[in-house]
Amino acid sequence: MRNAAVSNPAFADELRRLEPEIGQVGPLWLRRLQGAAFERFMTLGLPTPQDEQWRQTSISPIAATAYRRTADRVDMDRRDLDRIPLADLGCPRLVFVDGRFAAHLSRLDGLSAGIRVGSLRDALAERPQDVQPHLGAHANWQDRSFAALNTALFEDGALVIVPRGADLERPLHILHVGSSAGVPRVSSPRCLVLVGEQARISIAETFAAPDGAAYFTNAVTEIVVGAGSEVAHWRVQCDAEQAHHVGALDVHQARDSRFRSLNASLGAALTRNDISVVLDGEGAECTLDGLYVARNRQHVDNHTTIDHARPHAVSHERYKGILAGSARAVFHGRIIVRKGSQQTDAKQSNRNLLLSGDAVVHTRPQLEIYADDVRCTHGATIGHLDEDSLFYLRSRGIGLAEARGVLIHAFAAGALGGLSLRSLREGVETEAAARVDVGASPGEAP
Amino acid sequence: MLKIRNLHANVGGAEILRGIDLDVNPGEVHAIMGPNGSGKSTLAQVLAGRDSYEVTQGQVEFQGRDLLAMEPEERAREGVFLAFQYPVEIPGVSNVYFLKAALNAVRKHRGLPELDAVDFMALAREKMRLVEMEEGLLTRPVNEGFSGGEKKRNEIFQMAILDPRLAILDETDSGLDIDALRIVAQGVNTLRSAERAIVLVTHYQRLLDHIVPDRVHVLVDGRIVRSGDSTLALALEEKGYGWLEEQVAGRGPAGPRP
Repeated sequence: MRNAAVSNPAFADELRRLEPEIGQVGPLWLRRLQGAAFERFMTLGLPTPQDEQWRQTSISPIAATAYRRTADRVDMDRRDLDRIPLADLGCPRLVFVDGRFAAHLSRLDGLSAGIRVGSLRDALAERPQDVQPHLGAHANWQDRSFAALNTALFEDGALVIVPRGADLERPLHILHVGSSAGVPRVSSPRCLVLVGEQARISIAETFAAPDGAAYFTNAVTEIVVGAGSEVAHWRVQCDAEQAHHVGALDVHQARDSRFRSLNASLGAALTRNDISVVLDGEGAECTLDGLYVARNRQHVDNHTTIDHARPHAVSHERYKGILAGSARAVFHGRIIVRKGSQQTDAKQSNRNLLLSGDAVVHTRPQLEIYADDVRCTHGATIGHLDEDSLFYLRSRGIGLAEARGVLIHAFAAGALGGLSLRSLREGVETEAAARVDVGASPGEAP
Repeated sequence: MLKIRNLHANVGGAEILRGIDLDVNPGEVHAIMGPNGSGKSTLAQVLAGRDSYEVTQGQVEFQGRDLLAMEPEERAREGVFLAFQYPVEIPGVSNVYFLKAALNAVRKHRGLPELDAVDFMALAREKMRLVEMEEGLLTRPVNEGFSGGEKKRNEIFQMAILDPRLAILDETDSGLDIDALRIVAQGVNTLRSAERAIVLVTHYQRLLDHIVPDRVHVLVDGRIVRSGDSTLALALEEKGYGWLEEQVAGRGPAGPRP
């Protein structure tokens, strides 16, 4: 192998095996892109703790597992799918099993006319010119090895094209399922969402698998938000307990557009998310909400970057974490205000609730400001359940376990304020509660 | 109903309660008065089960049961209610959710069926009128952004909903203007009954102009140094606490017993 960092035998063997297959299908530009990305990955290698962006997160559990990209498809029927968390949100859905489109599980009735939704692979075969200007243009694979790996290895994913002026009331659900059959699998789902001007859409992108499945998901989603458009993206990772998850979301916003993200990480033994938004037009606004819930020895790392590339843009970032057992969390929030990006308004907060003395949080803001007329604020807190609040609830007859549940739920609920899809919101609340053993829902009316 | 014998309690190693004896019977209203730092609020918190206070000696019996052996929630379910001096703000938890959960925990303990949303709302509306509380406060997070008066009214509203046997009101008059004080006092008077005992913890006489107690006790330096009827409060109003404190100092550690 050309790089010491990919010298781990299991990983290296698989890459050597896959190398002849990479960049062999599709139009010339795609073959070149995938070939270049593979080259780039081999140069970058897997990240190490010496890498500035990976200091607190070791990917050795990923490198040490003999993950395979297998050609054989796993049969999954509707009943198997129904047992997976958050599988049915009551909206049109696209289902991908191990990164491959599963048409028989997908349900696309009820979508408005004009919107194009389907398999990226099919689109690359039929109308590659729609995809070419954007695929790989927003997710930075030159500097990020997992993005390079996804770009080289992806086979399929969702393509969503929303034409100018389209207003989609019903959210779209993109469901990524890991299978549990046979060898541990790596999947590289790749999604591309292109929203024209003055349009509106909400997308739920969820990741889950049957209990006990062992797999590695390395996902990349690129979203282009046209001028004056409004896009919501709710990313919920509810992977199986042994799974490894690396996810990237790269968003490009034009002027006067609004983008609202929820990034919830509930499952997987190891999670790393890179969320990156470029505010590339005046008046653009983004809200990044995050919720991570981890217990036992789970490790969850969120790196976010908000790039204020133009003046008069607004960003709100609120990440919240709940950690039990000996879980570990990393939050790294980078905000860049480019030269000339005057009147920038950026707010960032990261709040953490520790339920055990063994849980650890590393939180770090990184503000790079090259303009002088801006307002940037940031704050981070790490705390325990408030004793006064607990006593107050108990003094009214509410039992200790329920009182703890009520307070934990209230803490988490703050991160879900932008999640307007009720079925998903309730699903996230249930899954989050199950992970910290609480079940109350105090925000609701009686 | 409530029997306190030789109660001693510490906080952070300092002894705050130094031998309290007190009997409260159903239907009675007792006022516990005293200067700042005399241990009034500590007594209220100890009775409610706050674990930051350590009981080092003594017994407390409530309706024949050992109160000190119970968890705070058990005390509440058995019928003890503490109106907090500083009601706690709990963001993200609506007042209505909180109170319904509390009431149903108490009802379950008493062997009563839980109330559904409709019945609970009917009860809540009725009890809110008692303290002239605005209905909008029901759906707001518990005490968050409430004014001082709204918080205190919310405490009495909770008391009305939970229907306790023993209500301890810790400085419920503090921070209230005259109108709010009158409303809160009227609410409390409405809740006086032959089955319920009320203990008012207060620094000032003015609450007792509105709620006339059966007994008044003066707490100085962790002990009850004087007990009497409601005229004792008037004497205190006139003379201040100074004369009692001097008497206690003069008589030495044994002090007078109620």
